[in-house]
Amino acid sequence: MRDVAVIGVGLTEFGELWDKSFRHLIAEAGSKAILDSGISGSDIDAMYIGSMSSGRFIGQEHVGALVADASGFSNLHIPSTRVEGACASGGLAVREGYLSIASGLNDVVVVGGIEKMNDVAGATATETLVTAADQEWEAFFGATFPGIYALIATRHMHEHGTTREQLAQVAVKNHANGALNPHAQYRREITVKQVLNSTMVAYPLSILDCSPVTDGAASIVLCAAEKAKKFTDKPVKIIGSGQASDSLALHGRRDICTLDATVHASKMAYNQAKLTAKDIDVAEVHDCFTIGEICAIEDLGFVEKGEGGKAIENKITTLDGKIPVNTSGGLKAKGHPVGATGVAQVVEIIQQLRGDADKRQVKNARIGLAHNIGGSGATCTVHVLEAM
Amino acid sequence: MADIGIVSYGANIPRLRIKIEEIAKVWGKDGGSISKGLGITEKSVPSIDQDTATISVEAARAALKRCKINPKDIGAIYIGSESHPYAVKPTGTIVGEAIGATPDLMVADYEFACKAGTAGIQSCTALVKADMIKYGLAIGADTSQAAPGDALEFSASAGGAAFIIGKDNIIATINHTLSYTTDTPDFWRRAERKYPSHGGRFTGAPAYFKHVSNCANNLMEKMGTKPTDYTYAIFHQPNGKFPTNVAKKLGFTTEQIKQGLVVPFIGNTYSGASLVGLASVLDVAKTGDRIILTSYGSGAGSDGFDITVTDGISNLARNNAPTVKEMVDDKTYIDYGTYAKITDLLYWE
Repeated sequence: MRDVAVIGVGLTEFGELWDKSFRHLIAEAGSKAILDSGISGSDIDAMYIGSMSSGRFIGQEHVGALVADASGFSNLHIPSTRVEGACASGGLAVREGYLSIASGLNDVVVVGGIEKMNDVAGATATETLVTAADQEWEAFFGATFPGIYALIATRHMHEHGTTREQLAQVAVKNHANGALNPHAQYRREITVKQVLNSTMVAYPLSILDCSPVTDGAASIVLCAAEKAKKFTDKPVKIIGSGQASDSLALHGRRDICTLDATVHASKMAYNQAKLTAKDIDVAEVHDCFTIGEICAIEDLGFVEKGEGGKAIENKITTLDGKIPVNTSGGLKAKGHPVGATGVAQVVEIIQQLRGDADKRQVKNARIGLAHNIGGSGATCTVHVLEAM
Repeated sequence: MADIGIVSYGANIPRLRIKIEEIAKVWGKDGGSISKGLGITEKSVPSIDQDTATISVEAARAALKRCKINPKDIGAIYIGSESHPYAVKPTGTIVGEAIGATPDLMVADYEFACKAGTAGIQSCTALVKADMIKYGLAIGADTSQAAPGDALEFSASAGGAAFIIGKDNIIATINHTLSYTTDTPDFWRRAERKYPSHGGRFTGAPAYFKHVSNCANNLMEKMGTKPTDYTYAIFHQPNGKFPTNVAKKLGFTTEQIKQGLVVPFIGNTYSGASLVGLASVLDVAKTGDRIILTSYGSGAGSDGFDITVTDGISNLARNNAPTVKEMVDDKTYIDYGTYAKITDLLYWE
């Protein structure tokens, strides 16, 4: 296995981007990453594109080739593959790119993640997202993702005494971080009271507990670590890459308050990196709903099971806390273009480790973690990164 | 050249009302938060015998009652609506006959989503300016449709307003009018479909806000005016939130928009919406008051009007017809079952 480094990152604005198409967005993110890395098109050995449901959102499948084409590389005939794992599609694309270099097959790989979600009406977006749940056992009976995560949240409240106020504090923290992120969909602060009084979606999750529908794309350039310095002075090494799966439906889980895929994927990544949760300086975790972040910080080992709510309340995960989480604003405030999210999380971690995060910069951040979930926890990727 | 403007006006709002809470209850939704979000507490409902033609006739008759003109002197009628009772056969002929304006009369029905009524005012203004007619009658009226359970069901309502345009005895001068139009598919109803479709949040920033703001700004730039020059501002009102937000963005105060903002009490009367607002302003306006009106029609476009109230307003028999406020206050509540019956939700084949 060879070491792999990230040598370039690119991100579009996240939001309701009515005047930007799918191909426009991915070409923008990709070209930013390529320019940032200093490579040229002929250096690229392969491309991996994370996209959850381009077929339902914009009526376009076959987006691996489309992305290479839209990037102006059709004449280079670069192998380009679309990767899908629901909302973890981006994290999976990062991992596929990583594996293809670690294996020795490729030297330079461009990874992209994209979703263009606002071309369909809200109800269609909800129906599309729930294709990531178990159609036969969940969706056919009317379950939607807010409903499924609401089951996790109510059980977490019952088992561990987590409160609606603690859930709300996750959104408040992430909006405070998002307000500092020029790419974020929501660049404004909110209060606990606003969260609690906002429209109820599925108890205990109100609309401000939920991540939005977002258009956006993200891209990174990966390179064999030994060749990274040829292109950039500030490479960041991927020192651990983990992936795990679990039952597709929530009812198949050992404990619905624990996302075992997170536990296993993070264990895999920590073992490879030869470190523990205590060594992580900054993390981007999958807060598609506020309860998601509480489960994530527990399952990643930042706090004990059941202590997530109290950790939020005690401000352990704020920008100046012990372990800053979702400095980008997270899925909640930065936005959640599902296929792009996993890649965008890595972009944020790279910016933190390079010292490029401006007002969101975590002091002395050396080791960062990106945690991406598909569905209600059936797929998880965890990447641990370290500045070289 | 003589000023062209509004000679008289009249509005009509059906008496029946349904509360947002009542609709929300049927669909298992939180009426309070929907009401707060939309800025609408109740909406008007057309009764079984009310449609765009009857609302137009009532509004036109109210306008005629207030002034002293002979209906035979009306040379053109343009009715803007997206709920003309017939797909083929004009509403305008029904109205023309009912008010005694036929047969020496130009008539056409207009459709431009919610702004066809203001488009009618522009046509009448041009015909009067060209000396082709003495008076023109422009009406915006709707009994708007919304699919049961759709977000539109909380706002789509019924009502309209009529304006007689001419050069003699004008109560308000139309200083200038202009439009801002693009091809923007935010809301539509295909031929032979019962209910409209819409693009959800696409109806906001790239549609309503872009067109209304650009139209109002272009008008103020052309006239060399600023928001503080106007006594009243009226914006198309699909809900209470959009016109309030656009007013704030453009620099108008709550005080300037309050009189023309009727949507919280009657809902969105579509082609009637900004024009019922104008009627409400004219109910209280005084000589010298300056009014800016910006309509919006999906598809999409906005018509802007810069209007100054003349001393002719004191000669208008405003009391000969009910004010908008009187019609807003004259109401009978119905439940969802009755609403479903009279708005034809219970049809079967």
